[in-house]
Amino acid sequence: MSLAFNTLLSLIIVAVAAAAILGRQAFMAVVFFIAYGLLIALAWLRLEATNVALAEAAIGAGLTGILLLVAWTRLRALEAPAPSPPHRLLQVLAGAGAGAVTLGLLAAISQLPAVPGLQRDVAEHLPVTGTDNPVTAVLLNFRTWDTLLETLVLLAALVGAWTLTRDEDWPGRAGRRHRVLPDGVLAQFGRVLPPVALVVGAYLVWVGGYQPGGAFQGGTVLAAAWIVAVMTGHLPAPRVDDRWMRMAVLIGPTFFLLVGLAGLVVGAFLYIPPGFAKPVLMAIEATLAVAIAATLAMLVFGAPEQGESS
Amino acid sequence: MTATEWLPFTVCAAALIGLGLYGLVTQPLLLRRVIAFNVIGSGIFLLFGALSGSESAGTDPVPQAMIITGIVVALSATALALALVVAHAREGGRDP
Amino acid sequence: MIDGLTILLTALGLGFFAVGSLGLVRFPDTASRLHALTKADNLGLGLVALGVALQAPGVVEVIKLVLVWALALFSAGVAAQLIGRVAARRP
Repeated sequence: MSLAFNTLLSLIIVAVAAAAILGRQAFMAVVFFIAYGLLIALAWLRLEATNVALAEAAIGAGLTGILLLVAWTRLRALEAPAPSPPHRLLQVLAGAGAGAVTLGLLAAISQLPAVPGLQRDVAEHLPVTGTDNPVTAVLLNFRTWDTLLETLVLLAALVGAWTLTRDEDWPGRAGRRHRVLPDGVLAQFGRVLPPVALVVGAYLVWVGGYQPGGAFQGGTVLAAAWIVAVMTGHLPAPRVDDRWMRMAVLIGPTFFLLVGLAGLVVGAFLYIPPGFAKPVLMAIEATLAVAIAATLAMLVFGAPEQGESS
Repeated sequence: MTATEWLPFTVCAAALIGLGLYGLVTQPLLLRRVIAFNVIGSGIFLLFGALSGSESAGTDPVPQAMIITGIVVALSATALALALVVAHAREGGRDP
Repeated sequence: MIDGLTILLTALGLGFFAVGSLGLVRFPDTASRLHALTKADNLGLGLVALGVALQAPGVVEVIKLVLVWALALFSAGVAAQLIGRVAARRP
């Protein structure tokens, strides 16, 4: 029964992905990609990876979807010339290559030996990590180094997007101007959703300590609260040289680095002593959530640009 | 081997990677190449997740944590790539 | 008994979703498609949420489900209104 459901879900996922990639229009591709992201989140639930499902739904489907839609709108407004369709020979070769990769992967998978995995090791050392959620323990204690680098990657992407601003537009308010009816439906949406999103986001960060959740998932929901507030006209888009915004973006990696350096004093870089593990992890989660929320929202707002858009 | 109930997802993931590769190579619009790149990424994550864990010991949190990291990094790359695509079109470059 | 009720309610909800999607495909213009989608999908979601709520282990989970349904309803309504407004502007 479970196998039948998983098979059906897999078929639907491939069909929706095919629509996104092979479909005729770009807008269709974007919409199908968002649906595809949600279906992948469902697949993660079937694989008993609730933390990953939350992250995929929020970041993979939601945030990536917003970025794609905004980019699509900008490209259409710029009226870029339509590119020439691909050569038939290229399509055939690419199809053959892609098919070979898929079959090669399937062949390789069937040869894989059964490996026990690290579940037991993680479960054994879970009590000293300061959290009851094994994925959070891996993210913030066993593999803190990876998560630290991840925050720096986010920061690098934001700075990279900012470098694409025209000289005359810098510094200014992020993104383009929006025009929103003050009493319209969108404005009303912007009054109701951000407070709810704030509570849900904060809850997700807090509950990541012992149930599926965590800084990334909660931080994304917090970013959504800010994005909705700005898009519906209730808050002005932040200036890129705004001190508070920059502090919020930097507080994640900075606090993380401080914890790492403090660990140097006690033992090794990023060593978290078991006695202090719980408060340290909570503090890292909180600062990380703030930084992720600020960075993701700024990535969606984009680089400063003059010019009107409604 | 991993749980038999999860095998459909490994086949699905391999198909997604193939589909994404085809889209990455053949799609003329840069925006759709970014979409194809994301499909490849989530296909790889799905493959990784479906192969982890075993019947006896339950789910393995280490691959899940790495996949979450991967999702965030893929988003950062997508955001930068889309900013580049829009800037490229804005400066008058042809799509591609 | 509870399980049977859950199956019944969920199946009914899925039926509503199917009908709404059929309306999306078959109706001629945006306004009628929005009409089919919002009415059927919101009711379908409510039935599915009700069916699942019967299986919930405690009151907190039921409140969470109601919150999910309310948020989905609200977002769908706003989105439908905005799409309808844009569609009415274009001929």
